[in-house]
Amino acid sequence: MNVITLFFYLFSGVLIASAVMVVSSRNPVHAVLFLILAFVNAAGLFLLMGAEFLAMILIVVYVGAVAVLFLFVVMMLDVDFAELRQGFLQYLPIGAVISAIFFIELALVVGTWQLAPEALALRKAAAAAPVDAMNARALGRVLYTEYVYFFQAAGLILLVAMIGAIVLTLRERHGVRRQDVMRQNARGKADAMSVVTVQPGQGVTVQGVKRKDAAGQEV
Amino acid sequence: MQNLLVDYLPLVLFIGLSAVIGLALMIAPFVVAHQNPDPEKLSAYECGFNAFDDARMKFDVRFYLVAILFIIFDLEVAFLFPWAVALKDVGAFGFWSMMVFLGVLTIGFVYEWRKGALEWD
Amino acid sequence: MVDITPNAPKKKTNWMPMILGGLALVMLAAVAWVAVVVLKYLWVETTWFIPALIVVIKSLALLVALLVIIAFFLLADRKIWAAVQLRRGPNVVGPFGLLQSFADLLKFVLKEPVIPATSDKVLFLLAPLLTCILALAAWAVVPVAEGWAIADINVGVLYVFAISSLGVYGVIIGGWASNSKYPFLGALRSAAQMVSYEVSIGFVIITVLMVVGSLNLTDIVLAQKNSGIAHMLGVPWFTMLNWFFIPLFPMFVIFFISALAETNRPPFDLPEAESELVAGFMSEYGSTPYLLFMLGEYVAIMTMCALTTILFLGGWTPPLSIPPFTWVPGVVWFVGKVGFVFFMFAMVKAMVPRYRYDQLMRLGWKVFLPLSLAAVVIVAGVLQLTGWYR
Repeated sequence: MNVITLFFYLFSGVLIASAVMVVSSRNPVHAVLFLILAFVNAAGLFLLMGAEFLAMILIVVYVGAVAVLFLFVVMMLDVDFAELRQGFLQYLPIGAVISAIFFIELALVVGTWQLAPEALALRKAAAAAPVDAMNARALGRVLYTEYVYFFQAAGLILLVAMIGAIVLTLRERHGVRRQDVMRQNARGKADAMSVVTVQPGQGVTVQGVKRKDAAGQEV
Repeated sequence: MQNLLVDYLPLVLFIGLSAVIGLALMIAPFVVAHQNPDPEKLSAYECGFNAFDDARMKFDVRFYLVAILFIIFDLEVAFLFPWAVALKDVGAFGFWSMMVFLGVLTIGFVYEWRKGALEWD
Repeated sequence: MVDITPNAPKKKTNWMPMILGGLALVMLAAVAWVAVVVLKYLWVETTWFIPALIVVIKSLALLVALLVIIAFFLLADRKIWAAVQLRRGPNVVGPFGLLQSFADLLKFVLKEPVIPATSDKVLFLLAPLLTCILALAAWAVVPVAEGWAIADINVGVLYVFAISSLGVYGVIIGGWASNSKYPFLGALRSAAQMVSYEVSIGFVIITVLMVVGSLNLTDIVLAQKNSGIAHMLGVPWFTMLNWFFIPLFPMFVIFFISALAETNRPPFDLPEAESELVAGFMSEYGSTPYLLFMLGEYVAIMTMCALTTILFLGGWTPPLSIPPFTWVPGVVWFVGKVGFVFFMFAMVKAMVPRYRYDQLMRLGWKVFLPLSLAAVVIVAGVLQLTGWYR
């Protein structure tokens, strides 16, 4: 138990510290890297709760994919954050008012929170032993059958994300020559060369053979 | 659950040991090798002249698109993992529900192919 | 008589070193005594110390074995490359150049470490360290023989997949921290490339998992030992037929090629295409930071070889389960198979010309991704129709 407690405090301590660093570090790239550290520690916390599959998926998806995108964006936008910070004092009052409103709302929500009377008893009761030690399989058993609507909704959200990304970022370019591998491979001897018998002293006249280059444009 | 965590402690020790090996290698030349830096040696590699400005620059939005598409397919893979493991248990319904999911994403894939988002030029 | 050495020091007993030496000895003894007391306490009084010590010794053994094997595989890589080009390869240090890698290690350690003035110094050093540690960390779950994994966790495949997906950070951080044009461009290319091929690796892993029904690496190997084509044909001793590379041969090929791209091996070594980008994201690195990048790369290659072995070539199981083969310990079979896959890696490096970047992206997104996605559907459909689950 004590080792688990130790690791819990280690993970949550580093998690909170790195979360603070995310919002306070001056360099945006450093902020993203601290965010990654926070993700890894969150995965550690999942692990301590016995959710090993979720922990690994958190690392694969958030650290391995989402944070890569963040890093790309931060590196790509080349934002001058010093410039952005210039209006800090100017906007401080309105920001303070907004955050105060948020905090009051949160306090109201939390203040009216009522626990179901049986919840505490349930918490004290021993958790049902998992049927299978592998929680990936346990998850799989319910996700695709009982929670099928949520699962399909996730698929639709991914579809929207995919289309949205393309609509937002894709730009048609003109005058770009592309390689068409199929056409290249289909090109045979017949349409690439012609054998000419040259008479002595006559020379060769180019007959204006039309041929297509790899991009399909006529040359 | 206790057993589960017992499986992971060796993992932590192993990562710690590899960190020690990596750190030892990293620190070694700072201790052993002689150091004599000069401005030329410490300047960034360029073709014969000094760098004009910061090397970090804006780059093509395509890299961003690749990263987004990667996230989406990575999530798809993440959804496939529990399904692959539980395929025997979920039966025909689970099988077809995944087929619908993959079908929806295949529509997106076909769309991006037709739009030319996968072209690289 | 003239004293020709007027400044010669007077012969006088110098007490200082003696006192210091004595003090040092006393302190050494004290430290040793404390260490012995602490160790004795840990050994006798606590229950966790001895298992932890065993784990540390096992891990150290695996790491040292891995690094030594990599040293020789690296040499083999260069020798194979040389042989294909009718050269001799490294042949000076030690007999047949066997000690070349160790000489290289020594050379790297003795080189001056240069940290560019305009770089982000912390991240500049963090990147190679991260690459190396992550690459090594994947080996914690690899079962090199039956029960010979440091941590035999339930989600082994997912762990290796996660670790290999983190490999991209070393590259991005290294390229960005250098603050130099070539590393930056190299890092971008490399990141996009690694990310593109990871998807097809994921799909290929899924096809294997569907047949096995477990994420544990040991289970995957055992599935190839205890069931499969050989058992269906009624020749259970012919273990080789059980291995997944026969029923899932297209997946095996896709996995192999994607592994090449994922580890930035030729013909997909675009990020370090020396004709365009000097050395890619590693341009600014020298000394052991560079060594750590190279080491991380080779460890990652070994991990991919090991993963290929486990997923498709039956892990530590012998090709035929009859006496002369079963006498050989499993770890030998494992290393042998890893060596075979590595040999294929080396041959590809020697024979195939480098891909152009648009061709690389096309192969990843337009060929491998649809193929592996289709394979997932087909394998799942076949399993669903025939009920050939394990």
